[in-house]
Amino acid sequence: MARHIALREGADLDSFRQAARGLVAEGVPPEAVTWGSDAAPGLFAAEAPADAPPLALPRAVAEFIQPVVCHRDPERYGLLYGLIWRSLHGERALAEVSSDPLVHRLERMRKAIRRDLHKMHAFVRFRQVGDPAEERFTAWFEPEHFILEATADFFVERFRALRWSIVTPIGSLHWDREALRFGPPGTRADVPESDAFEEGWRGYYASIFNPARVNPTAMRAEMPKKYWHNMPEAALIPDLIREAPARTREMIAKQAALPKRRDPARAVEKMARQAPPTLAALNALIAATDPLVPGATRAVLGEGPEGATIAFVGEQPGDQEDLAGRCFIGPAGQVLDRAMQEAGIDRARSYLTNAVKHFKFVQQGKRRIHQSPTTGEVKHYRWWLKQELDFVKPKLVVALGGSAALALTGEVVPVMRYRGRARFEGGQPGYIMPHPSYLLRLPDEAAKARAYEDFVADLRAIRAMAEELEAGAAA
Amino acid sequence: MDQTLVKKLRILADAAKYDASCSSSNAPKRAAGVDGLGSTTGSGICHAYTPDGRCVSLLKILLTNYCLFDCAYCINRRSSNVERARFTVEEVVALTVNFYKRNYIEGLFLSSGVIKSPDYTMEQMMLVAKTLRQKHGFAGYIHLKAIPEASPWLVEQAGLWADRLSVNLELPSQQSLQRLAPEKDVDGIQSTMGQVKERIVEAKAERRRFSPAGQSTQVIVGADDTTDEGVLRASDTMYRRYDLSRVYYSAFSPIPEPSVILPLKPPPLQRENRLYQADWLLRHYGFSVDEIAEGGEGGMLDLEIDPKLAWALKNRHRFPVDVNTADREMLLRVPGFGKRAVDKMVAARRHTRLGLEDLARLTPTLKRARPFIIAEDHSPHGLTDRADLRARLAPPAKQLSLF
Repeated sequence: MARHIALREGADLDSFRQAARGLVAEGVPPEAVTWGSDAAPGLFAAEAPADAPPLALPRAVAEFIQPVVCHRDPERYGLLYGLIWRSLHGERALAEVSSDPLVHRLERMRKAIRRDLHKMHAFVRFRQVGDPAEERFTAWFEPEHFILEATADFFVERFRALRWSIVTPIGSLHWDREALRFGPPGTRADVPESDAFEEGWRGYYASIFNPARVNPTAMRAEMPKKYWHNMPEAALIPDLIREAPARTREMIAKQAALPKRRDPARAVEKMARQAPPTLAALNALIAATDPLVPGATRAVLGEGPEGATIAFVGEQPGDQEDLAGRCFIGPAGQVLDRAMQEAGIDRARSYLTNAVKHFKFVQQGKRRIHQSPTTGEVKHYRWWLKQELDFVKPKLVVALGGSAALALTGEVVPVMRYRGRARFEGGQPGYIMPHPSYLLRLPDEAAKARAYEDFVADLRAIRAMAEELEAGAAA
Repeated sequence: MDQTLVKKLRILADAAKYDASCSSSNAPKRAAGVDGLGSTTGSGICHAYTPDGRCVSLLKILLTNYCLFDCAYCINRRSSNVERARFTVEEVVALTVNFYKRNYIEGLFLSSGVIKSPDYTMEQMMLVAKTLRQKHGFAGYIHLKAIPEASPWLVEQAGLWADRLSVNLELPSQQSLQRLAPEKDVDGIQSTMGQVKERIVEAKAERRRFSPAGQSTQVIVGADDTTDEGVLRASDTMYRRYDLSRVYYSAFSPIPEPSVILPLKPPPLQRENRLYQADWLLRHYGFSVDEIAEGGEGGMLDLEIDPKLAWALKNRHRFPVDVNTADREMLLRVPGFGKRAVDKMVAARRHTRLGLEDLARLTPTLKRARPFIIAEDHSPHGLTDRADLRARLAPPAKQLSLF
């Protein structure tokens, strides 16, 4: 006589798992078992097998079980047990053979479940209930299969901060911002008749539809009629379809009309002049923008006269610059000051700025440790630098370090190899040299002194180059 | 909901509907924190379908349909007499949040007519996205239309908040743009696409967020005289040069306010459909533009049969293909075999030999494939080379309606 396994109504995954383990352990083949969803509540059938250890199933088999137990087909447990049995008796790869009739059928069932889940995620429509300040939402939905529990994670993740209930004929879900509760089935009457935003939603739905492309078959394939009665927008469908041909004919027949309004010639002309008209306007714009990497106190803007002969471009502001809002005033700035003096370059007559306008750091105790900008960050800021230099119009632009060189050339440039004269984007005469902070990082004093000499030599060369360029411009 | 707001929404949705894209896919999977709102699922969700068969996934609206540009194909061009409206940033934010909470949408697709200046407009759009993310902890999908005439730093900032940026090419050639959209400029469009691509690549490498679902574009089909081959070549170039996620083809559709220089006709929907199929072959089936063009005539795709079948009929010497031994690349070229079906065949044939009955369980379009394949119990014999094969496979011509 066949064994009968009675499971609870719906998707009874736990009991099925337990039964399958026991049946396999006892060596009961699929044809000797009948399955039913007829277990009396709280009472597990007498024929149920004893507890047995978990089954080691191929992953492809396990991937069928969870979705397929949600299916309405009463044969689902039998089919799944057949798959398990065969997989454990010589056909280990069975679940990968989609052409096998059993696997094909289970694949179709799994697809139906996925579709049902997907449509529930898509077509549930919440309505607000109670006090608007409290924000509670409820929805009535009729899923085709036993997917209520399987769908819960999706709604919890998406609407974690809200309080909501989803009521269906097979049970209900309730979320109070902290815990999920499964409740008894309900009826449509448990959910309000309408929602304040449905009029707007229907208006949107009607307006986004293009009558010249009417294609109800394509619509019904994805949104079958059975869902319509729970979707507030669907009531419009018949009218939209009926009126579409006439609306389209009307559009095609319509003659082009002359514009009723005056041609906004002045506004059109003005539109082309959108770029910030002055350096001050550009700076205001930069100052008003959030840092790309959060944390900086403010944007540190460039300093120096427009029309300066030389513009120095550093990397990004450091701790002191960020607090004071001025560039090159920290330790590296002081080194630069001293070297400029020695080389005979007047800082007050030069323009100084940074490739990146905001400080970036990691906090270590009370200290904010400077972090170099990434390539993407440098490029994020380079459009501003370009504009800035367009206003200043220096004869010579000096890249202090790799980030500045990247900003000015658009490419990663090894500074030590290309140290010296350079051409930047747009044919701009330039010079590449290390950033002064490099001098601070050298460990021994002798190396530091030598590097400082080279640094001053760079600045002397820059001064000579600038004089050359000025003479050329004057001639 | 306030009546003026409902009216504005109708105007500004109506103005946005000619943009084909509504996808909410490809965003990284994420969910909002405890006080935020929303999640993304990776593949996106269509929350409704309108009677044109199109999916409603995002709240697709314009910030305003006032526009200083005068593009002939566009309902919102400045010389059009269409009714105008303008949302505030706060209104768009509130609409998005409230629609989202009721599970109407996956997120927002915001575009806009250009008012005051491209920079001003882009900044307002960016502000909507920023407010949603920062003030409401919104983790749903945001697609922003980048205005190519806007300053590059605004595009930089838009990419920080959006899941996807798109710049519409609209017309596939410089000449067409000059004639129909005099204020637009191919170079500007391309340099914006280039900038977005560069930043997406860098952000991925640096594990930062910048338009994580990539960028897309739209090409209008049928407003100018570019051939299908020309359109596909433009797409192919853009896919390769700018790593686009998608090119959308939009059949030029009649609009309620026609322009003098662009007469209206019914939208070439079949042509649009064939272009999508061809685009799919380019991206997922290893076809080149030349091969696709070979299946058509004079640079136009065959409207009667799909482009893969058209190619196969002209390359019969490469068939029949044995489903039990052929490599995946060649199976993908069999008419009627989709990517998923081919993957299942390749997995199944490791354990069994496939006959026609097996294949029928793997693909619903076996009939189209039969003349091109050999299976365990099937050989097409002379069928592959029969002169009337096309007629056997093409759908029957629609009968003329006489009365």
